[in-house]
Amino acid sequence: MTLKHWAAAAAVLPLAALAACSTSASSTNSGSGTSKNVVLVTHESFAVSDSVLAAFRKQTGISVKVLRSGDAGAAVNQAILTKGKPQGDVFFGVDNTFLSRALKEKLFTAYDAKGAGTIPAQFVLDPQHRVTPIDYGDVCVNYDKKYFTEKKLDPPQTFADLAKPAYKNLLVTENAATSSPGLAFLLGSVANLGKDAAPAYWKQLQANGAEVVDGWEEAYNSRFSGASSGKGDKPLVVSYATSPVAEVAYSKKKLTEAPTGVATGTCFRQVEFAGLLSGARNSENGKKLIDFLISPPFQQDMPMQMFVSPVQPGTKVPEVFSTFSVKVGEPKTVSADDIAANRDQWIKAWTQAMVR
Amino acid sequence: MISDPAGAIRRAALLALPVGFLGVFFAYPVASIVGLGLAHGVPDLGQFRGILWFTVWQAAVSTALTLALALPGAYVFARLDFPGKSLLRAIVTVPFVLPTVVVGAAFLALVGPDGLLGIRLDRSVPAILVAHVFFNYAVVVRVVGGLWSHLDPRQEEAAQLLGASRVRAWIAVTLPALAPAIGAAALLVFLFTFTSFGIVQILGGPRFATVEVEIYRQTAQLLDLRAAAALSMLQFAVVSVLLLGQAWLGRRRESMLSLVAASSAVRRPRGKGWFVLAANLVVMLVLLVTPLAVLVVRSFADGLGAYRALGQNDVRSTLFVPARDAIGWSLAYGSAATVIALVVGGLAAAAMTRRAGRLTRAIDGLLMLPLGVSAVTVGFGFLVTLDTPPLDLRSSPLLVPLAQALVAVPFVVRTVLPVLRAVDARLREAAAVLGASPWRVWREVDLPIAWRALLVAAGFAFAISLGEFGATVFIARPDTPTVPVAIFRLLGRPGELNYGQAMALSTILMVLCAGSLLALERVRLGRSAEF
Repeated sequence: MTLKHWAAAAAVLPLAALAACSTSASSTNSGSGTSKNVVLVTHESFAVSDSVLAAFRKQTGISVKVLRSGDAGAAVNQAILTKGKPQGDVFFGVDNTFLSRALKEKLFTAYDAKGAGTIPAQFVLDPQHRVTPIDYGDVCVNYDKKYFTEKKLDPPQTFADLAKPAYKNLLVTENAATSSPGLAFLLGSVANLGKDAAPAYWKQLQANGAEVVDGWEEAYNSRFSGASSGKGDKPLVVSYATSPVAEVAYSKKKLTEAPTGVATGTCFRQVEFAGLLSGARNSENGKKLIDFLISPPFQQDMPMQMFVSPVQPGTKVPEVFSTFSVKVGEPKTVSADDIAANRDQWIKAWTQAMVR
Repeated sequence: MISDPAGAIRRAALLALPVGFLGVFFAYPVASIVGLGLAHGVPDLGQFRGILWFTVWQAAVSTALTLALALPGAYVFARLDFPGKSLLRAIVTVPFVLPTVVVGAAFLALVGPDGLLGIRLDRSVPAILVAHVFFNYAVVVRVVGGLWSHLDPRQEEAAQLLGASRVRAWIAVTLPALAPAIGAAALLVFLFTFTSFGIVQILGGPRFATVEVEIYRQTAQLLDLRAAAALSMLQFAVVSVLLLGQAWLGRRRESMLSLVAASSAVRRPRGKGWFVLAANLVVMLVLLVTPLAVLVVRSFADGLGAYRALGQNDVRSTLFVPARDAIGWSLAYGSAATVIALVVGGLAAAAMTRRAGRLTRAIDGLLMLPLGVSAVTVGFGFLVTLDTPPLDLRSSPLLVPLAQALVAVPFVVRTVLPVLRAVDARLREAAAVLGASPWRVWREVDLPIAWRALLVAAGFAFAISLGEFGATVFIARPDTPTVPVAIFRLLGRPGELNYGQAMALSTILMVLCAGSLLALERVRLGRSAEF
C-alpha cells in the first residue's frame, strides 16, 4: 500500500462511517405515510415514564423518539431556527411567555386534537389550535416554614408583602433575563400590580434587599434555607407551587408535612403547549402523539415526572401530588400579546431596578 | 532545505481530514449562524463595551493569579521527587475537566452563604478569580512543568557556582528558557478565562457578564442573532489575536534548549526544598482539594444512600435512565470522541512534524479556535447547517462526540506534536536511504516513539470529553444523557435525594476523570509534551 492509498483510506473511512450513520439516522424519519416513528422535540426538563411511551406504542404501533436540548427558551429558539426543516414532528414545551414568538414565526401547523374539547378555556390561548395546552404550573414564592415559625412571623402572602420591612433581605429570585421562573415572577408582579406600577415595585423590592441570582438551581439549592438539601441563607425563594411535593417525594425520611410553603398571592401561571411542527415528516403520527399527550395515561404520568398539573379536568393524580401541592386558585395573568409587545422592555427595566 | 514537492503532497494528504473536519463541523456551522445574524445588519457595538472590558480585565487578572500560584507548583512537579506525586498530579488536573455546574456548586458550598470556610466570596469578582485559578492551575503545571522537568539543572547550578544568588541564577538562566512555555500557558489560561461561562454566571451572579455569557443570553434566551453575531465576531477577533501570539511564541519555542531526561533532573527535597514543597502542598490543598472534597463529603451525607439511589430506576428517580446508563453513555461518547480526536489531531500533528511553515502554523492556530468560540454558537450552528443529507446529523448520536472532539483535538495536537518534532530527522533519513517507503518510515520510526504520546493524548481527550457540558447540552439528544447532563438534571429539581445523587454522580465523574489521568501518569513520556 503506497502512502497515497493509505492517506486516501484514512481520509475516506471515517467519512464513510459518518455517512453510514447519518443515513441510518435519517432513514428512521423518512417515509412519511407508512413510518412507525414520531420524533418529539422538547427541552431538558421533559420527562415521561417508559411504561407510558410503551402504552402509546402498543396502542398505535408508533415508537416515540424524544430529542431534548437546552432549557425551555433555548429549545423554542432552536425550533424557530430550524423552521421549515424541523428536527422532529411534535414540539413540546413552549409556554405562554414564549407562545407569541413561536406563533409569529409560524412554527406550528393547526391541529384540533382529539379530546381537546374538555380542556378549560383558560388554557386555550390559541383559538386556531396551532398549539394544544398540555400542562400548567404556578411559579410562586416558596417559604421556609421553620424560619417563620421560629421567628414567630407570618410568611408573606402577596407581592406587596414582599416589599415590607418585616421581610427585608429575605428573598432570593432568579434573573428575569436568563431564567424562566425569574421571568414568571416579573410577569406575576405586572399582572398583580399593573404595567405602570410594576417598575416602581421592583425598585422597592431591590431596596428591601431582594437578591437576584442567575438560575433556579442556584437560588433553590444554594441560597434557599427551606430546601432540605440546601444550607442557604434566604427563607424566601421564587420557585414552583409544586416544589413542596418534590421536597416530600424526594426526602430521605418519610415526611408527613412539607418543609416549605407557598405564598399563594405571588403566583404566575405557566401553561405549556405542544404543537405539530410545520414541515414535519410524520405529521399523521405527530397528530396521534398530540392526542396522546392530552389523554389520561400521559396526563396522569406528568405530575410526578415533571411536577406540573394536567390540563384535563378530573385527571387522577397520585396522592402525594394532590396532598402536598398547594392550590393556588386562578392567578392573575398577562396576555400572550402583551408579553410579546413588552417583554424586552420589561426585562430591561427590571434589570435596571433589580440587578445593581 | 530545497523544495520538496512529494513532501508537500504528503502534507496536503495528511491535512485533508483535519481541515475537512474543522471546516464541516466548526467553520461552516459557526460562519452560518454568524452570517444569519449579520444578515440583519450590524448592531451598535458600543453597548457591549462594558462587557468586553470586564471580560478582558478579569481574564488578565485571572491569568496573572494563576501563574503566580501555579508556577511554584510547576517547579515542585518538575524538580522534586516525593511519594504520591503521580496521584497528586492527577488530582490537580481533575478540576480542569470537571463541568462548571459541579464546580460552581462546590465553591458555593465553600465560600457561599453559610460556607465551610466562613467567608462570603460569592457574587464577587474574587470568587470568579479564585475559581478560574482552580480550573487552570493544571494548565500551567502541565505546560510549564513539562518543559521545566527536562531543563538541565546543571546550568542553573553553574551560574550559582559562578557567584550568582539562587534568585539571580533562576532569573538569568531558567526563566528565559521557560519563557516561551510560560507564554504559551498564559495564553491558554487567558483563552479559557476570556471565554468563561458557567463560573461567571454561578459565582458572579447576574451583575457580571463575559462576552460568552452575553452570547448565550442573546442567542438562547432573546434570539437576537444580530447582537449574538456581533459579539461572536468580537470574541473571534480577540481570540485570533491570542492565537497569532501563540503561534509566534510557538516558533520561538523551537529554539535550542539543553534538555535532559526528566528523571535525571528530579531529586528528593532537601533543606529549603521541604519548605517549598510544604507551601505548595498547602496551596493545592486549600485551592484544589477542598472544593473537590466538599463534593465527596456531601455525596456521603446519607452514607451510601445517594449512591444506592443512583442504582435504582423507580418512579422516584429524577433521571429518565439509571445512572449507570448515563455513565455508560458518557464512556461511549467519550471513547468515540477520543477516536475522532486522535485521528484528526494525530494526522494534523503528523503533517506539521517537519518544517513548520507558515501554512501549517496557521492550521495549528485554526485547530485551537474551537476553544475560543462559544459552545452556544457551535451548538446552534450545527442546527442550522447539518440539516441536509448526507450531513443530516442533527439527531445522529455522532453529533455529541463530534462536538466533544472539537474541544479535544487541540490537546491531542499539543501532546503529540512536540514528541514527533523531537524525533531525530536523521533516523527517518537513514530509514529512507535504506529503502523504506514513507509509510514504513512512519511505522518503524515515528510510531514507536509517538505511541506513548498518542496514549497520553487519548487519555486527555477522553477526560475532556467526559466533562464536556457546554456543547453537549445544546445538541438535541435522544435518551442518552451524559454524566454532566444527568448532574445538571438532578440539580434542577427540588428534594434532598436529587441533590445527594447529583453530588454522588459528580464524585463518580471525578473518579473517572482522575482514573484516566492517573493511567496516563503511568505512561512516561520521553520528551516534554506540552500537555
